[in-house]
Amino acid sequence: MTLAPNATSPISRIVTTSVEKNQPGRSAWKAVATPFRAVSRPLSITLSVLVWVAVIGGWFALTYSGAVKEMFLPRPESVLSTTIRMALDGSLWEHVLASVQVVLIGFVISSIVAVPLGLTMGTYRVVQAALDPLVNFIRYLPVTSFVPLFILWIGIGIEQRVAVIIFGIFFQQLVMIADSARSVQRDLVNAAYTLGTKRGDTVFHIVFPATLPNVLDVLRVTMGWAWTYLVVAELVAARSGLGYISLKAMRGFQVDVIFMAIALIGILGLCTDQLFRGIRRLVAPWAN
Amino acid sequence: MDTLALATKPKSSDIGIDNVVLRYGKGDNAVLALDGISFHVVPNEFCVIVGPSGCGKSSLLYLVAGLEERTGGMISVGGKPVTEPGPDRGMVFQAYTLFPWLTVAQNVEYGPKRKGMPAADRRAIVEHFLREVGLAKFANHYPSQLSGGMKQRVAIARALANDPQVLLMDEPFGALDSQTRHSMQKLLLRIWDHSKKTVLFVTHDIDEAILLADRVLVMSGRPGQIKKEIRVGLPRPRSMDLVMEPNFIAMKREILELLKNDEDDEH
Repeated sequence: MTLAPNATSPISRIVTTSVEKNQPGRSAWKAVATPFRAVSRPLSITLSVLVWVAVIGGWFALTYSGAVKEMFLPRPESVLSTTIRMALDGSLWEHVLASVQVVLIGFVISSIVAVPLGLTMGTYRVVQAALDPLVNFIRYLPVTSFVPLFILWIGIGIEQRVAVIIFGIFFQQLVMIADSARSVQRDLVNAAYTLGTKRGDTVFHIVFPATLPNVLDVLRVTMGWAWTYLVVAELVAARSGLGYISLKAMRGFQVDVIFMAIALIGILGLCTDQLFRGIRRLVAPWAN
Repeated sequence: MDTLALATKPKSSDIGIDNVVLRYGKGDNAVLALDGISFHVVPNEFCVIVGPSGCGKSSLLYLVAGLEERTGGMISVGGKPVTEPGPDRGMVFQAYTLFPWLTVAQNVEYGPKRKGMPAADRRAIVEHFLREVGLAKFANHYPSQLSGGMKQRVAIARALANDPQVLLMDEPFGALDSQTRHSMQKLLLRIWDHSKKTVLFVTHDIDEAILLADRVLVMSGRPGQIKKEIRVGLPRPRSMDLVMEPNFIAMKREILELLKNDEDDEH
């Protein structure tokens, strides 16, 4: 017994050194363990698929092993079959459409005002001085605390949900767009002046194109927030939409419907995100 | 083609700088950046200001461009007092200032377009000046696809395409490696020989100053003042080999001495 470790250790040492000498394996590990080093496309696809498989596999394991009651965590296939059933009877599309409509209206109204106002605010110090304190005050107010007020003021129609979304994203958009306008390189504006640009044209001719990639990123990020505020609004007062069916499903213990709604919002968010990336590539090709 | 002929024909004015004062801040915190600067640049002259960093030479250029406001004195270009920036004073900056959202050709076209020049004339001008700086092949590239030297060549083309009365250059080659800088100096001299614009050029590189200039103004710092004026008088066209010539070295020594005294004064 006392001899055994002594006897095996030299052998194991030989084994390890021979593994270390195995150059391909070592350099592959070194490559992926190097900060900021790019990895090959097959590897990155494999990894992302593996993580999804692990998450869904874990879901299967939890439900089929009986570790979690189906009342709290539905089986994956029952979520899928509920989705198919609701897609076929048309009720799914009605709710998806209702939600998408509210998000789009709120997002578009907010952005149409926030982009020009934000650019003006970042360019002209007077506008900034006037608006900054107010905007930064409102920006920190929790949107949810305004929901009862909005219901009191505008009722429980679509306008209320649109208002919640606008209130949730407008001030954030404003601040972020003003910031990117403020960071426009000063000599870029100076160069424009020496080439005959009028002061009044600076926002449109210089600040707007210079910040366009940033502005599109701000819109992409705040679109995601719009989805969050949509659900908040729909949970409180709505008769259709993905947030609404989640609330209804909770009352009827239909956990599969809640899961479906969450997954759909995730997929819709992913789609709009890709859409914005596509738009950015298209209208700001220089920034890639 | 008439417009092109106009744009490439010499059109240049004088620059008058008379007792210019620039002060930053107020009260006890006020900093006197420029103290009573006076000189005159004649039409077609290549005038270089050389001085230590922080002596206010760039600020002086920004004042001529109208990008900063002077505290006192008078600046005029072509007899007209400078009150704000304008296309009659083209400028090339030390930082890269090409518009990243425009292609090389669109950048060069920017000034003429602001003036409302017809598209066909603009195209001819863009073609001409991109050929001048040797970048005709890169007309449709974006600035982010160019090297630092190429960006500054486009910046020179962009400034000249707008047909300014004077060309202001603020250490335009300061961020380039020495080999690129030499080829840029050669290129600039060739273009200047064609366009004969009045040039006011700022640098801290003494070799560059002597190599390019008809006249070098040596500036001292804090507050900025013109210490001495040196007429270079070396024959043109000039080449890099001049840096070995005895009178080049004599001028370089003189300027070094002037700048060294300035440093000693500070300590």
